[in-house]
Amino acid sequence: MNYLEFAQDVVRSAVNAGAHQAEVYIQTGSEFHVDVRMGEIETLAQASAKGLGLRVFVDKRMAFASTTDFHGPVVADLMRTTVNLAKAASRDRYNGLPDVGPGPLPHLNLYDPAIVDLPAERKIEMAREAEKAAFDCGPRITNSYGAGVGTHVGTQIIANSNGVLYSCSGTDCTVSCAPMAEGDGEKQFGHHWSAKRFFGELEPAAEVGRQAAIRALQKLGARKVETQTVPVVFDWMVGPLLWEAVFHALDGDGVHRGMSFLKNMLGKQVASPVVTLVDDPLMPGGLGSVPFDGEGVLCARKVVIENGILKTYFYDARTARKYGQQPSGNARRGFASLPSVSPTNLYLKPTNTDPSEIIRGIANGFYVTQTMGYGVSTVTGDFSVGAVGMWICNGELAFPVQEVTIAGNMLDMMRSIEQVANDARFISSVVSPTFKVAEMTVSGK
Amino acid sequence: MRTIGNLGYETALGADVSSLLPKESIESLLSAALSRGGDLAEVFVQRSRTTSIPLEERKIRAAEARIAQGVGIRVISGEKTGYAYSDDLEMDSLLEAARVAAHIAEGPGTEHAIRVTARLAPDYYTVQIDPADQSAALKTALLKRANKAAYEYDPRIKQADVYYTDEQKDIIVANSDGLWIADRQTLLRMMVRCLAAQRRVSRSGVYASGGRIGMEYFDRISPEDIAREAARIAVVQLDAVPAPAGMMPLVIGNGWGGVLLHEAVGHGLEADVIRKNMSIYTGRVGRKVASELCTLVDDATLPNQRGSINIDDEGTPGQRKVLIERGVLAGYMTDRLNGRLMGLPLTGNGRRQGYHDYPIPRMTCFFMEAGDSDPEEIIRSVDHGVYAGNFGGGEVDISSGNFTFSITEGYLIERGRLSYPIREATLVGNGPDILTKVTMVGSDLALDPGTSTCGKSGQSVPTTVGMPTVKVSEMTVGGTAT
Repeated sequence: MNYLEFAQDVVRSAVNAGAHQAEVYIQTGSEFHVDVRMGEIETLAQASAKGLGLRVFVDKRMAFASTTDFHGPVVADLMRTTVNLAKAASRDRYNGLPDVGPGPLPHLNLYDPAIVDLPAERKIEMAREAEKAAFDCGPRITNSYGAGVGTHVGTQIIANSNGVLYSCSGTDCTVSCAPMAEGDGEKQFGHHWSAKRFFGELEPAAEVGRQAAIRALQKLGARKVETQTVPVVFDWMVGPLLWEAVFHALDGDGVHRGMSFLKNMLGKQVASPVVTLVDDPLMPGGLGSVPFDGEGVLCARKVVIENGILKTYFYDARTARKYGQQPSGNARRGFASLPSVSPTNLYLKPTNTDPSEIIRGIANGFYVTQTMGYGVSTVTGDFSVGAVGMWICNGELAFPVQEVTIAGNMLDMMRSIEQVANDARFISSVVSPTFKVAEMTVSGK
Repeated sequence: MRTIGNLGYETALGADVSSLLPKESIESLLSAALSRGGDLAEVFVQRSRTTSIPLEERKIRAAEARIAQGVGIRVISGEKTGYAYSDDLEMDSLLEAARVAAHIAEGPGTEHAIRVTARLAPDYYTVQIDPADQSAALKTALLKRANKAAYEYDPRIKQADVYYTDEQKDIIVANSDGLWIADRQTLLRMMVRCLAAQRRVSRSGVYASGGRIGMEYFDRISPEDIAREAARIAVVQLDAVPAPAGMMPLVIGNGWGGVLLHEAVGHGLEADVIRKNMSIYTGRVGRKVASELCTLVDDATLPNQRGSINIDDEGTPGQRKVLIERGVLAGYMTDRLNGRLMGLPLTGNGRRQGYHDYPIPRMTCFFMEAGDSDPEEIIRSVDHGVYAGNFGGGEVDISSGNFTFSITEGYLIERGRLSYPIREATLVGNGPDILTKVTMVGSDLALDPGTSTCGKSGQSVPTTVGMPTVKVSEMTVGGTAT
């Protein structure tokens, strides 16, 4: 099936069936995953999948439908149902497709044939290598949740009645490992992964396993500390939690409705001058890279916070029209969901500072390596999560800590970030180097 | 209107679902899946129809319809699983999926005929007015009622969002042991989110309610009830003081409070982590693991509950299991793979999100049985502590036993009485430790209103949690006030 033609056909038919505007978003792809545990294959999974989302506007009323069944009669029926469903929705004069036609698509390098051609045997071997490297880290690594390797090849297509027709294909590959360490009746697991669009950029599987084992071993002997207010360091694995929450608080819809702790903050100092936050959909090879968004708006790099100053909120087509802004190109989606404002490659800009230098400067503080739970409110900015990590005494990591929480307000936290490190790892779509917050409440004993 | 009784069940639903993939085709797929050998082949057929309607800023933002259908094919060989799925129901694609799944077995094997026989599923969620048959207009009317009630609750309510979803999920499970069984799993939910504002302070309140039930649900729990509860939580929060930090006595309200047990204990009793010796509860059946006030049950048979299931996603009928009885560990929750490898009976806990996923052990309706204490008395027994009334969710680390859950509505307890509301905070504890610190259990067992969804290994399934009012002698509260 030619999905580009199919997408256009469905758009045309929807318009013929009474839609004033129509948009089709298709995802197709195939995935492979292997899990290895204790050296043996535990699961092999492989499949191809597809799906179509149809959005129509009838008299400024919006309806949406999605299906994984592409058969002619099913799609025809779905199309009529969708046009009819629109009657149930409210008329909103800001509704509609983005007011832009087709434009030149930037070419992003997101597709690696080496991932498509990677033999299953090699993937199994890589998972085994990762787990073995973890066990090689010493006798205290006694057990394993397993190690996994997954590959994915996918294409997304958007077509709408303004003449937009875009398509983009990409690959990705993930290696992960989760070993368990044991000592004195205590069990602790550690986790590490590498994920890239290009096979050659992956961290070696054995290194993934080793790093995961280090995280597990580091936690053995963890204890609770006294409740106190101290400097808190977020390592690269936990930092993204903050930036993802901050991004959601910048959704123009919530901001203008008074539902964000970052309302009325445009152009103001929301973070310390060491903070520069960027959303870059055009980053070469980025896991979140994409040339067009889920409404067919071309994507662009945006500095979100520059030296602590908030530079922009984010808008989709409707909220941009409503609040007199331009669509940000961040309306992201899967085929089965309506577009919503989301980050692409969102990262805190790294500096030249080594994380060890940050630790050396702290007499008494908490280095957080894992968070648990999601006590984060984008309305109030309140932040309270469970934390695991290392206690810092006199500039050194002294002992492991668990069963405590860290709490503060996100605006206070951002404004009191004193140092940002150099260790950004682009293995997820939200990325943060290690950073230090001047003080937060650590709740323990 | 559609009522499915036990007797008419197979004909009523079976005919429907059979048209999706006939028995003879399923039998061919099972044969192909075992062509290289293996212990078990299984075919899972799913067709879901979902309607969602969001209301935001007093407008029906959209009307949404979704269809998802596909077939998942699994082959188990020893401890190994081969899995493939297809959203294309043409026989060629499905046979290809069966061959892919078959690769997990080492062979040798030969293709031999498999015959499946239909079994009847129990019926724990009778639906009187099937949401799938109702017009979008009828549903939008419910949303508008909720919206109106939210704004009318208090002039300080400045924003209200209402979300309605219904799902009709038909499944067939068949396997090479000859099983063929089908179920229709209806799910209904309304969620309201309110924003209250006063001077420079803004607070939100969220409340959701529903179950495996038809539109008749709203005669019992009205859209207005759901909206007023969300509005109430938002307004209460306007006066909230910073939550305290440190260890203190905790009283957990009934119903939603069961999220504590779901995280602290439930996940550690799932057979996969038990078999792999990753849970602190491995090898502890018959031992005391909790205060004798604690009796914990997983029950898939509760009428119309969100977490209830007639059959699990491996075709095993839903059951009631006592897992911890008066503090003593009695058993685990199994799926087919782990149950067989461990020599344990099937408990009907093999669940999956959909045809993309293979089943793993999961909770259904997990709750603590009622005790003897008067809930008021429990609060009066605390001199200085925290009362937790509504919750945002939680997380557990199975190997260490550390878990968290977040309070979205809580109060300080001072000299035996609720004083100020406190701001949102996360609480942290250690599962086995907390269970020994349960010192009072109330007589007021309740289940959550039908809002909870559990995530594990990237798969979400609807669940129910429940608990009477409970006192925990001490737990770390993650506020900022020291």
